[in-house]
Amino acid sequence: MFGDYSLGDLGSIFVMQGFAGLILFSVYVLMALGLAIIFGQMGVINMAHGEFMILGAYVTWMTSNFFQSYLPSLFSGYFFLAMILAFFASGALGMLVEWVLIRHLYKRPLDTLLATWGLSLMLQQAYRSVFGAREVGVELPQWMLGSLHVSDSIEVPINGVFVMCLTVLITVAVAYVMYKSRWGRQVRAVVQNRIMAGAVGINTEKVDRYTFGLGCGIAGVAGSAFTMIGSTGPTSGQLYIVDTFLVVVFGGAASLLGTIASAFSISQTQSTLEFFLSGSMAKVLTLLAVVGILMLRPQGLFALKVRK
Amino acid sequence: MSDEANKGLLSPLRRKLLMGMAALPAITMLPRASFAQAPATSAVNSTGLAVTDTEVTVGILHSATGTMAISETGSIEAEKLAIEQINAMGGVLGRKIKFIQEDGASDWPTFAEKAKKLLVNDKVAAIMGCWTSASRKAVLPVMEQYNGMLYYPTFYEGLEQSKNVIYTGQEATQQILAGLNWIAKEKGAKSFFFIGSDYIWPRTSNKIARKHVENVLKGKVVGEEYYPLGNTQFNSVINKIKLTKPDVIFTDVVGGSNVAFYKQLKAAGIDLSKQALLTISVTEDEIDGIGGENIAGAYACMKYFQSLDNPNNKTFVPAFKKMWGEKTVIGDVTQAAYLGPWLWKLTVEKAGSFDIDKIAAASPGIEFKGAPEGYVRIHENHHLWSKTRVGRAKLDGQFELIYETADLVEPDPFPKGYQ
Repeated sequence: MFGDYSLGDLGSIFVMQGFAGLILFSVYVLMALGLAIIFGQMGVINMAHGEFMILGAYVTWMTSNFFQSYLPSLFSGYFFLAMILAFFASGALGMLVEWVLIRHLYKRPLDTLLATWGLSLMLQQAYRSVFGAREVGVELPQWMLGSLHVSDSIEVPINGVFVMCLTVLITVAVAYVMYKSRWGRQVRAVVQNRIMAGAVGINTEKVDRYTFGLGCGIAGVAGSAFTMIGSTGPTSGQLYIVDTFLVVVFGGAASLLGTIASAFSISQTQSTLEFFLSGSMAKVLTLLAVVGILMLRPQGLFALKVRK
Repeated sequence: MSDEANKGLLSPLRRKLLMGMAALPAITMLPRASFAQAPATSAVNSTGLAVTDTEVTVGILHSATGTMAISETGSIEAEKLAIEQINAMGGVLGRKIKFIQEDGASDWPTFAEKAKKLLVNDKVAAIMGCWTSASRKAVLPVMEQYNGMLYYPTFYEGLEQSKNVIYTGQEATQQILAGLNWIAKEKGAKSFFFIGSDYIWPRTSNKIARKHVENVLKGKVVGEEYYPLGNTQFNSVINKIKLTKPDVIFTDVVGGSNVAFYKQLKAAGIDLSKQALLTISVTEDEIDGIGGENIAGAYACMKYFQSLDNPNNKTFVPAFKKMWGEKTVIGDVTQAAYLGPWLWKLTVEKAGSFDIDKIAAASPGIEFKGAPEGYVRIHENHHLWSKTRVGRAKLDGQFELIYETADLVEPDPFPKGYQ
């Protein structure tokens, strides 16, 4: 298929394709991070993850509308405030859900699957009733649209670069919180041995609540960022949930590094195959590869050794 | 202006006449045969439908919840508006239309179940409903088994025809061919890149489009790509488009994917005012979610745009906004849904009966002059004769009409040479 093209053309296409892969990688990491924390650290299968993301997207939409009506002069910077608000809105909802629903189900991890799936349906209908069934369009400031013109044939999407930077930032922050802070140590202690952690004076209930809140908050930020590249509607969260679980399970629960490695391998496979084959075929082959590898390594790419 | 509207204009005058007559007892004794009198129920309803001396019941069957609620909300709104307007003009055969609304919940077996409920329990005289082909395929056997009448609003892939369905949207050839002819002539387009969501409608539409491009326009299809429904990443295919440099990108991507596709197209630096893009899946409704700035310059091939400049549309759009809010937009399918109750009313009046068999037989040839898209007529194959139009998307989310076929395009659900 490349016979007809000049070397220059091919070179720039490979550069662009490399970027496409990196953007997909960042998107996967961003959507999986929150779930990796909740599923990996707490063992809760949160089917409502996508709905927490969309809450972040709706918060962004509302912030955008607010700035347009009341503070048009500051509109170009609204997105940063929106992401912070999205984090706190989704995080707060997450903590509420943990308190009302999840904490009663820690001993029954499979039931969390059903409970959170029900929750996702309820949230979808709530969004539909509040914001309407139609999708909403989130208006972005001018500087976030379009692309950086590198050469005549290489153009780098600004929103892609933005998502990449955000992903790096959040990943570093999460890694710091989990592996360097006192609170992170408590979370890991609870994961490894809940009873002992309680015995040495860690308030495990509080740790659970904040962990769940943090995971949901990150989902909110991801949803906010995805208004740049995707749709915002009551059921848009469903678009992300399958890929998110795929990345987390393939990476091996309870491992941040695993999530990143898995997002990288899945996104590169997918975007390379998409380029040489067609979209649907690429998805099929990627899933087949994932299923194959999981058969050989059921614990995922990286697994944390835990004494059971 | 339609006959119905004329009747509406006359009615105050008629009321005055009646009042005048009330003042003259002697004259009120005269036979009142000169005034339209509702015919007896037994005469217009021989099959036990839900028709009384004052009311007739129809069903509205769309998804008010679930994924498809995004798209189907407009259809529900349009059908309710049409029913209200018909009632304001005195109803059908002197009977007010009452509707029972059921929710298909974006789930095809639920559609079938609710259709059966409407026909068997409620005995509705007609159903306005369905949106996706999947829901219509689920409902079709129910309509045929219990002999109901479905008015189906969405443009669809064709390859279907039923006594029990009136298709008020376009079938594939009606929607696609004229648009391709136009863009080939206007832009001198020779190479096309197809991209669609991966299910029956885009695949069938692209198959027809490919045959037309290759056999009739003597052009070339340089790429044909499908992505799973709900896909949100299109960067790879956008790179392929950049590599193959097609004259026209032809798309039938649907749902949430649509938004992702146009946002990423713009972010990749593809300027739609320079790169021709023809879509058959984006109406004003979708642009609400996509954002006008992301799609401005793209061409859409439809039969109706909210911006159409004709007297019918100029009364329709304000009436719609008055009922459903200033911010609502009206897309192609919403308009087609609006035609359903009107076509049914006109057919019932021509048949002089609510009986399904008589309506099915009387449907061919029914004309609706008050359609917002302009004049439409029902074909023998139960589809509509209608014009094909091309519009260009503007920043404000509306379309600017660029081209329309001179004549009505004949519906051809089983196109020869395209299968």
